[in-house]
Amino acid sequence: MSRINALFQRKSTRVLNVYCTAGYPALTSTLPVMEALQENGADLIELGMPYSDPLADGPVIQQSSSIALANGMTIETLFHQLENFRERISVPVLLMGYMNPVLQFGFERFCAEAARVGVDGLILPDLPEYEFETEYGAIIKKYGLDFIFLVTPETAKERVLRLDSLSSGFLYAVSSSSTTGSAKQLPAVEAYLERLQSYKLTNPVLVGFGIKDKESFDAAAAHANGAIIGTAYIRALEGSTDIAATTRDFLNGVL
Amino acid sequence: MRINSFIMQTYQQPTKQGYYGRFGGAYIPEMLHPNVEELQLRYREIMQEPDFQQEFQQLLRDYVGRPTPLYFAKRLSQAFSTNIYLKREDLCHTGAHKINNTIGQILLAERLGKKRIIAETGAGQHGVATATVCALKGMECIVYMGEKDIERQAPNVARMRMLGAKVVPAVSGSKTLKDATNEAIRDWINNPVDTHYIIGSVVGPHPYPDMVARFQSIISEEIKWQLKEKTGSELPSHVIACVGGGSNAAGAFFHFLDELSVQLVAVEAAGHGVNSGMSAATTALGKSGVLHGSKSLVMQTADGQVVEPHSISAGLDYPGIGPLHANLFDSGRGKFLAVTDEDALRAAFDVARLEGIIPALETAHAFSALHQLSLSNKEQVVICLSGRGDKDLATYMKQMEMTGI
Repeated sequence: MSRINALFQRKSTRVLNVYCTAGYPALTSTLPVMEALQENGADLIELGMPYSDPLADGPVIQQSSSIALANGMTIETLFHQLENFRERISVPVLLMGYMNPVLQFGFERFCAEAARVGVDGLILPDLPEYEFETEYGAIIKKYGLDFIFLVTPETAKERVLRLDSLSSGFLYAVSSSSTTGSAKQLPAVEAYLERLQSYKLTNPVLVGFGIKDKESFDAAAAHANGAIIGTAYIRALEGSTDIAATTRDFLNGVL
Repeated sequence: MRINSFIMQTYQQPTKQGYYGRFGGAYIPEMLHPNVEELQLRYREIMQEPDFQQEFQQLLRDYVGRPTPLYFAKRLSQAFSTNIYLKREDLCHTGAHKINNTIGQILLAERLGKKRIIAETGAGQHGVATATVCALKGMECIVYMGEKDIERQAPNVARMRMLGAKVVPAVSGSKTLKDATNEAIRDWINNPVDTHYIIGSVVGPHPYPDMVARFQSIISEEIKWQLKEKTGSELPSHVIACVGGGSNAAGAFFHFLDELSVQLVAVEAAGHGVNSGMSAATTALGKSGVLHGSKSLVMQTADGQVVEPHSISAGLDYPGIGPLHANLFDSGRGKFLAVTDEDALRAAFDVARLEGIIPALETAHAFSALHQLSLSNKEQVVICLSGRGDKDLATYMKQMEMTGI
């Protein structure tokens, strides 16, 4: 059983996934950030691979990507950093990023390396369903990685069911049609999450985009298996001199 | 593994999934899916409606000024010992071919019930063409433009504002065209219901490359009958066009793509030289990758980060190329040449003095390519004169000062 499935078997409510950008705020921050997240209650870690043109992300995460790239982060470097990370990190870890750098690294080589170092799954928002089914999905499965599709309030029911059937691990419910870090009213999202619940999906659902504090986390968690925090944590890390303390304070404020 | 390769393809028609050979597709986040799917399902049908066609043709004639002339350039022909015809897209309203596409897309947006138009622009030509059609239709218009380009292209910024458009600076990344495109896509993600995104070139997710190519295909449709009137044959030996993203080239090539006797010559910007590190010659420097929603050739680092290209001409200053063109390059159907900033400037002055036409800097690259081809007086060469040079006067004036012309 995959580490992600095991997590959801053990815990099906209030699951917290936290996004961080690899190589941010400093090149060597990747592992300290992951350790601090695990220590302070993150159930999953979504590790962002920085990209020059991150279409689905808002300005805060894009800025963290620019900084990480300026720090010298590359996929090659990231895999070096992740060598033996399983000796220190036990929670499931996802790599999130965009297709272009992954294609340059070599898609199969990327999956092989990810699986080898102990990564559990992938989120590639610009890998579409058709290409997943005809070309890339088989490679992802070959290396035993989970692949998480996104759905939005605009996604039609049949398509949600279809993306659910293609996903493994969990389904990522974008809470509003927006880029990351956009503040939308959470109450408006509740109906959408209830609609998702009524579909009886095969995967657990985590809600992302706009989750930033205890209030928004509680609200999202009430209608799904948990939630994903990204922008708010990146913002907290900005200018931080003590990653452990910043992460502890931030997660204490959420959980 | 490629299902696409089993489906009959032409150079002109992408597959149902938007692939030209191994390039194309729709690599978009789920947030864009409803908008892109709506376009995929409806663009062909709407474009074929008699009511759409009637309004489109009428606006092209009465508003844009089509058909644009196909002009036999006698002195230029003598200079190269061949027969050169200029397709005068520079005479279109707003000064370039860009408006063929924006007219088509605004009519499409109207029929999709959209109220708000967004666009990206580099030099400002597509921004002006979009602001123009929005004024024509009374639609809200937001144009994303790199902060650096806003500084460099003040007259076009003023034009867009005078036409009622809001020009929003793209301040992320390198603050130029690719970042303006990112910002426009982000705007579309955040406004999924009422907004149509008018992409200015044959780039972006399927169906944009095909849709824009079809709106621009009026260029080669006219070349065919105009050339037949003048020479008795509708097929030239060569069609030459400059390529940034590739919209004027797609339009000039379109009806000749599957006419294999016609040599298609695409001219990219070499900047300071293809290997200078300051270039925009995507087919020479790019590798297969994904940019702005489609798989194509992309200029990038070994780590897959998109690099900032360089060209003296803002319209060619783009690190990618449309998938249709990537396939022409990959298959060998098209001949790809690169012209430096310096050679393009020289060609602009040559054309001005030989023919009394001041071309846009982009188009000047296409003219300079004549030096790289061996042509004979038996051949009929068509050059797509994609735009006029008014917008480049500051650059031309600087050149005159430097060279003492």
